[in-house]
Amino acid sequence: MKYIDEFRDGEVAKGLAEAIRREANPERRYHFMEFCGGHTHAISRYGVSDLLPDNVRMIHGPGCPVCVLPIGRVDQAIRLALEQGVTLCTYGDCLRVPASDGLSLMKAKARGGDIRMVYSSADAVALAQKYPEKQVVFFAIGFETTTPPTAVAIKQAAALGLKNFSVLCCHVLTPSAISSILESPEVRQWGTVPLDGFIGPAHVSTIIGSRPYEFFAEEYRKPVVIAGFEPLDVMQAIRMLICQVNEGRAEVENEFSRAVDREGNLKAQNLVAEVFEMRKQFEWRGLNVLPYSALRIRSHFAEFDAEKLFSLSYQPVADHKACECGAILRGVKRPQDCKLFGTVCTPENAVGSCMVSSEGACAAHYTYGRYKDVA
Amino acid sequence: MSESKVRTGYVRPLDIKHGQVDMAHGSGGRAMAQLIEELFAKYLGNEYLAQGDDGALLPAPGAGKLVMATDCHVVSPLFFPGGDIGCLSVHGTINDVAMMGAQPLWLAAGFILEEGFKLADLARIVQSMAAAAKAAGVPVVTGDTKVVERGKADGVFITTTGVGVVVPGMELSGNKARPGDVILLSGTLGDHGMAIMAERESLGFESPIVSDTAALHGLIAAMRASGADIHVLRDPTRGGLATTLNEIAKQSGVGMMLQEKALPVLPAVDAACEFLGLDPLYVANEGKLVAICAESDAEKLLATMRAHPLGVNAAIVGAVHEDAHHFVQMTTGFGGKRIVDWLSGEQLPRIC
Repeated sequence: MKYIDEFRDGEVAKGLAEAIRREANPERRYHFMEFCGGHTHAISRYGVSDLLPDNVRMIHGPGCPVCVLPIGRVDQAIRLALEQGVTLCTYGDCLRVPASDGLSLMKAKARGGDIRMVYSSADAVALAQKYPEKQVVFFAIGFETTTPPTAVAIKQAAALGLKNFSVLCCHVLTPSAISSILESPEVRQWGTVPLDGFIGPAHVSTIIGSRPYEFFAEEYRKPVVIAGFEPLDVMQAIRMLICQVNEGRAEVENEFSRAVDREGNLKAQNLVAEVFEMRKQFEWRGLNVLPYSALRIRSHFAEFDAEKLFSLSYQPVADHKACECGAILRGVKRPQDCKLFGTVCTPENAVGSCMVSSEGACAAHYTYGRYKDVA
Repeated sequence: MSESKVRTGYVRPLDIKHGQVDMAHGSGGRAMAQLIEELFAKYLGNEYLAQGDDGALLPAPGAGKLVMATDCHVVSPLFFPGGDIGCLSVHGTINDVAMMGAQPLWLAAGFILEEGFKLADLARIVQSMAAAAKAAGVPVVTGDTKVVERGKADGVFITTTGVGVVVPGMELSGNKARPGDVILLSGTLGDHGMAIMAERESLGFESPIVSDTAALHGLIAAMRASGADIHVLRDPTRGGLATTLNEIAKQSGVGMMLQEKALPVLPAVDAACEFLGLDPLYVANEGKLVAICAESDAEKLLATMRAHPLGVNAAIVGAVHEDAHHFVQMTTGFGGKRIVDWLSGEQLPRIC
């Protein structure tokens, strides 16, 4: 595939691996967090860690949309489907996220809920048009990448005058999650999570640009390199981070310049601002309640807000006691440090959300890397 | 801190009391394997079912052995580029019989029809079955038809059962892969799955991808005639090559190492998978087979497969080794290593 294979070339990877080995100071260790699940997946799927020297360690971050979705939000979606009889549409990864009472959207579907997997928010609008007698709710999750399509769907529904389409908005914001990690005591006070820099998001940055990360580089003195989701992007970003650390720099650099600039996609940003506004607070799985970290639908579009339409209340639900997803999402623990990992928690029977999506740290390690634990 | 000790292949038992069938139980992946093991095999178990292959090897009156295999077909849409549920139901069962090293002889067909289903569509399907059976030389010799009320089925479901006789010296099973053996694949991965995927209305993209549905007993006859020491044959249908190899690794108690660069995938399939975030290793095939044979015969077998019209893109894709954990691993084109796990959850329901 043109423009894809070039970024997965094994020969180029060898050269980059050699360059990284040369750059990395053998006297020290390097700890970098890849924020996005897309990077986590690429690292595991292509075996990127096998090409890195032992003193360079990647820490998986919280940027996996379904991983940070708290049980209470999935419960809301399940209640809509089972109790209110709506047709609930959502992205595929959402279906298996564990919720209360041993349920998930997939299991709620088996109990008779009308739950459909869609590839885009536009499919949900199309369903509402096709079945005017049904209430169609789009369970909207994800970071800044998936937010503009949800805004488009709402505007489209408004333009069509649809009375049977609404959105359960659970869109969250990347910079808030990064702040939360940098402000965590493990990073700031205790130093139990050594963090020398970040690989910044790929797709999110195409929307928000590279500017929002400048604050983290300046304020927290952490280098950020924005990188694409291909394995060579990740390797190149690691090399750039090592250079910054070695030279004592903490800047925002852009490896993904083929898609990201400093300002981002202004049209998408304006669209999002028109339809959504900040929530005062939002619960994240693993990161607890974060102020101004998520979006809700503006009152101008209230008729498309499922929370208002169905008078949904939010009930926070604690994770399974032994589940370490919270600590794993903050980089405090690794998947294999959780005693549920690979025993009671597997991709078929996920206890924690990180075992669900292929972008989740636990699922990625289980699916691609667990041979290393038993070797 | 208590560290997890990964229990290889551990699956939490089915919750018979409270659980319900969900779509993952039909995916061909680990959830389906669990349903079969903990329910069907548990209650229906006998020495033949316990063989755990796609067909059962049975004693026959006289000297020979019989193979019997059955397959249900619920594909949606019923008509897709390269085929339909009719020919698919013939090919699928012939292949299951043939993978056991048997010459398929007869088919039985069961139809569940939904009230209101158009007779013209049913006629197209039956004509397609007839053409496929005739081309394969395997007639449908008995059958049954039931009709259910509108809404209780989706057009037509077809179950076919095949019987064949084992060719002497060709007793194959998923438990016969040995360390040192070589893994061959008869052609490109994922054609059937992506052809179905592209047809599903919600996706709205056009593609030139055509299902590979085909009866493979002719290819197998040629492979047999080459004299190669074949240990395992299996068709990687639902769950794709990844799941099929995991089944064999488990049955044979071995590990496997694949070479990503050696895996044949059509550019259009590769691109469609990339677009939808799928991995061709997990996408269904309906006209491909995996052969595991002695290393010394691998090149000879490869040449034979490539000389057959259904094996022109055949390739050696990996090797079998000792591994107490029965992992299927892969050297990535990028130069790293990773596990190629069972299919988890479900990629696309009702693929066949």
